[in-house]
Amino acid sequence: MKVKLRDIAEVIRSKNSGPYELTIDIIFKEWEMFDRIVKSGIFNKQLIADLYDIDENDVFGIVEFLPAKAIKASMRRKIVSGSIGDTDVYGAQQHAPLLDVEFELEGLI
Amino acid sequence: MREMKVLSPTAILGYGFPIESFNRGMSMNPDVIAVDAGSTDPGPYYLGAGISFTDRNAVKRDLTHMIKGALDHKIPLIVGTAGGSGADVHLDWCVDIVREIIDGKPDVKVAVISAEISKEQVYAAYDRGDIVPLNAVPDISRTDIKNSTRIVAQMGVAPFIEALDAGADIIIAGRTYDPAVFAALPVKEEFEPGLALHMGKILECACIAATPGSGSDCMMGIIGSDYFKVFPLSEKRKCTTLSVAAHTLYEKSDPYMLHGPDGIIDLTATKFNQADENSVAVSGTKFIPSEKPMVKLEGALIAGYRTVSIAGARDPIMINIIDEILETVKEAVKTNFAGLLTDYKLDFKVYGKNGVMGELEPIKRTMSHELGIIIDAVGKSQEDANTICSFARSTMLHYGYNGRISTAGNLAFPYSPSDFKIGPVYEFSLYHLMPYEEGMFEIKWMENDHES
Repeated sequence: MKVKLRDIAEVIRSKNSGPYELTIDIIFKEWEMFDRIVKSGIFNKQLIADLYDIDENDVFGIVEFLPAKAIKASMRRKIVSGSIGDTDVYGAQQHAPLLDVEFELEGLI
Repeated sequence: MREMKVLSPTAILGYGFPIESFNRGMSMNPDVIAVDAGSTDPGPYYLGAGISFTDRNAVKRDLTHMIKGALDHKIPLIVGTAGGSGADVHLDWCVDIVREIIDGKPDVKVAVISAEISKEQVYAAYDRGDIVPLNAVPDISRTDIKNSTRIVAQMGVAPFIEALDAGADIIIAGRTYDPAVFAALPVKEEFEPGLALHMGKILECACIAATPGSGSDCMMGIIGSDYFKVFPLSEKRKCTTLSVAAHTLYEKSDPYMLHGPDGIIDLTATKFNQADENSVAVSGTKFIPSEKPMVKLEGALIAGYRTVSIAGARDPIMINIIDEILETVKEAVKTNFAGLLTDYKLDFKVYGKNGVMGELEPIKRTMSHELGIIIDAVGKSQEDANTICSFARSTMLHYGYNGRISTAGNLAFPYSPSDFKIGPVYEFSLYHLMPYEEGMFEIKWMENDHES
């Protein structure tokens, strides 16, 4: 069975973490799904790198934050906030591709 | 049981708050009113140009209520990152508003704390190899320091405590680590700094940490010996463990270790508990003081001058080959000014295609029936930018692309004039750490006795 991230998450958002980094938060609706996704390691640097077509080295880490049932990923901004060529000074609208990310649940722990 | 109450009226000074929520907060007899007045989020322009991103009338409205509340209750009011970016020009802008409000009350003591750092100080640290870039930030050169229009450092709680000890009724400070304005009085009164700063991290955005969230409503924080509690001051909202924990993540890369000028807020043992229907209690947060305190520097420099033109396209034949058309226009501009004007950047933002995400956009082909196009020219001078934008606009308007049927014009302009001369464009030049130095954040006292 496949699930879309938008159906299992309560919050999916992006924002600057300082002008040089973009950070993505995914807050899950249910503990069970959060646990399954975290334990499977399916939400990883590679997934973010592929989704945004960026170098895996520019994804700084995937952090789980238990108190919020959340996974966080941070990445290098291709263009620093507000510099020439930037399209999103606050970084608040870079989350959209995540909504349609699908996970195959079968075979996950 | 000793407790201290901290009232946070709004997420950013000037964003407003319902007076009912504020009055409710005041009726609970807070020990301090604190507010964050700025951010780097709106980009480098405001620091570079010395202008506030918040509106003067809106800031005056908020400050009028806060100053009256603080003076009536004889409690301090603390404002951090005055004027949006917290350099001296922003600080003066905010102090001027305070002066207008308290005009005729010469006995009010207003401390004004500068966060602007002289270039000599930064050069000296640079020469010692003491300037450290933050993650993802490039190294700097002496030229970057030289070209920065102004440089600020983020202060921690210490200068606020010093001003409070000196009897300040109101403190208006330049660039400040956001949680510090909320944590200063609790830390001075010897509450656990980890809890005080963590509470500040939540209060700095006021009701953004509540649900439904709002940046324009009041929040209360109460700190005790081994916990703190936060709750919104409007009955329309509540704090839930999720809303508060989620806010701890906000705008941070590592949610367990939050770095600041005084040390690290360590959340590895933090517990969030629903205290009652609309309050959340937090415990277990620790503080790891820095062995060698570092302050974060921020600077911006002029990267050029910008002119933009806004237009729309509705022709499906044109939309289908938009990338090709834009490339041709770029080439035409380059050829026309070869040897005359070569140092410029011409960029197109194409809304309906990838205007929001640019290179990060995974959907490469537009399915939109219309496009919004911003012709974005940046040159070494305003004149250069005007020239490039104007030529790109006229070329694109009449360009005879392949398969064109509509021969009268390719663009719909919503405005006359079509081109907007925006002025200087800034970029961040400094986002680095440097060791704290004694006397870095100087405290002055506002002159408010007009008769003297």
